[in-house]
Amino acid sequence: MNNLVILPILIPLITATLLLLLPKRIKLQKLISVISLSFATIASIVLVHKVYTDGIQTLEIGNWRPPFGIVLVADMFASLLVLTGTIVSFMCILFAFRSIGKGRESYYYYAFTQFLLTGVMGAFLTGDIFNLFVFFEVMLMASYALIVIGGTRSQLRESLKYVLVNVISSALFVLALAYIYGLMGTLNMADISNKVAESGQSGILTVVAILFLIVFGLKGGIFPLYFWLPGSYHAPPYAITALFGALLTKVGVYAIFRTFTLIFYHEPEITHTIIAILAGITILIGAIGAIAYWDVKKILIYNIVTAVGVIIYGVALANETGYAGSIYYLVHDMVIKGALFLLGGAMFAVTGTDNIKKMGGLIKRHPLLGWMFFIAAMALAGIPPLSGFVGKVLLVQGGLEADHYVFVGVMLLSSLLVLYSVMKIFMNCFFKAEVLSEKEEQGSTKGLIYPSVILLALSAFLGLGAEFVYPYVWQAAETLMDPSIYIQAVLKE
Amino acid sequence: MEIVMTIVAGILIATAVYLMLSRSILRIVIGTGLLSHGAHLMILTMGGLKRGAAPLLGQEASSYTDPLPQALILTAIVISFGVTSFFLVLAYRAYQELKTDDMDKLRGNENHE
Repeated sequence: MNNLVILPILIPLITATLLLLLPKRIKLQKLISVISLSFATIASIVLVHKVYTDGIQTLEIGNWRPPFGIVLVADMFASLLVLTGTIVSFMCILFAFRSIGKGRESYYYYAFTQFLLTGVMGAFLTGDIFNLFVFFEVMLMASYALIVIGGTRSQLRESLKYVLVNVISSALFVLALAYIYGLMGTLNMADISNKVAESGQSGILTVVAILFLIVFGLKGGIFPLYFWLPGSYHAPPYAITALFGALLTKVGVYAIFRTFTLIFYHEPEITHTIIAILAGITILIGAIGAIAYWDVKKILIYNIVTAVGVIIYGVALANETGYAGSIYYLVHDMVIKGALFLLGGAMFAVTGTDNIKKMGGLIKRHPLLGWMFFIAAMALAGIPPLSGFVGKVLLVQGGLEADHYVFVGVMLLSSLLVLYSVMKIFMNCFFKAEVLSEKEEQGSTKGLIYPSVILLALSAFLGLGAEFVYPYVWQAAETLMDPSIYIQAVLKE
Repeated sequence: MEIVMTIVAGILIATAVYLMLSRSILRIVIGTGLLSHGAHLMILTMGGLKRGAAPLLGQEASSYTDPLPQALILTAIVISFGVTSFFLVLAYRAYQELKTDDMDKLRGNENHE
């Protein structure tokens, strides 16, 4: 019993409700957002510390014992993601202060971001699979509103597709829940895990597992279910895409981890092989997409797909090093994707275009922006002192331990392609001949850079302070490796 | 009884898939409606369709039907209701703005504005 667990969900929820009451008071909205996100950040830091010292924290809502009531569970994996998610969205909202524009602000932009945060945090912390569905819907509804807010033509066109894909995946989620309830007669994840372990994972359960993989794959954007992602994420402005890129797909990834490490881990030769193959292709598809385009946003979006593939592969490795690598990479990727999209947004603010060929020589007047982008690119590709390195090293080590040589090869190759794709942006946009003179520039980067400075500092800390971060990640990996820790914490047998 | 319900849900979902693959936005929205009908029927069916009193303690019966799927279905209905109404308004706005309801004409890439 610990009310701390519900704070990361409750704070944004209350804030969002409050923000609905004052749509035209933009200054006040900004102030309330900052205060609430500061509180949420502090609460999640305390939560991580508490989980680190005292083990898994649970909250039985309404004092109903699990499996009968809904239980919120904060293990290290979930609380690390809660902390990272809160910080990244904080920075995205700070970026939005100067970039999103009055029109969107007075139509509940800040309220919707808080609702989105509610859904994401709830999805991370819940211990009940139907409740996971509900929090998915909270998150998706907020994301529908955010993707179309402003109502430009391309936003309307892409949001139609985005909504349709997610309606279908939600219906599939409901079907999968119906099957699992019909088979197991319970919805609490720890209890399902127990019952699956008792009855043995029969063929039908493996089918349900694949159905869950399809559902979460649609949310997370793995091959061949990533097709909606490039178009949909391209439509909204950068502040919103950064939020989506850092949080939404990661929730799908988290759900895949949860289900396949806690519930369906008895038939790895079927499920985990499928995940491995799909993850491998996802990495390649993302890398190919990233090198194919001459559009800053498109390149960054395809890098999301690559990263999702890399992280998902950790499930297939199913050893502690692999899990630790995936978790490290997941945390790093949320931070660095946020930073890259925010830097891309600052570039867009200056040039008014996403097309690489229409930019050039930005380094002359925007040296800070340029070198920040350079550092972010290095971190994304996994160059040693920065954060991307540690996760990839652990994944390579885990891959070698499990004799997955093809994966190690694919991942290292993809790092090269990813590096090429972001360096293409850096070399063409910041060097080369100057395209826009000082007068032709659309705006300034005033106030747009410091959120990404903070995110990059965090990324550098994740890389340089690996000694400090590693015990936390290792504890998370241990819980994933041994589901009985989770089950005991929830059911207290 | 479960078999009949499963077949009905199967037909609903097949129809929904057919409608969602068509070109008109309105047909697609109707398809999503049928899809959620099918999914909701499946929740009810998978919970078991055994005979028993309605889950009201006032009925004082010896056995009741399973109340949990009914609570799940109620939640899922409200959610899909919300999403559908949003989708309809979105389709209407898109029709006003883009002057077409043909999904084939809404294809596009980043530079197509």
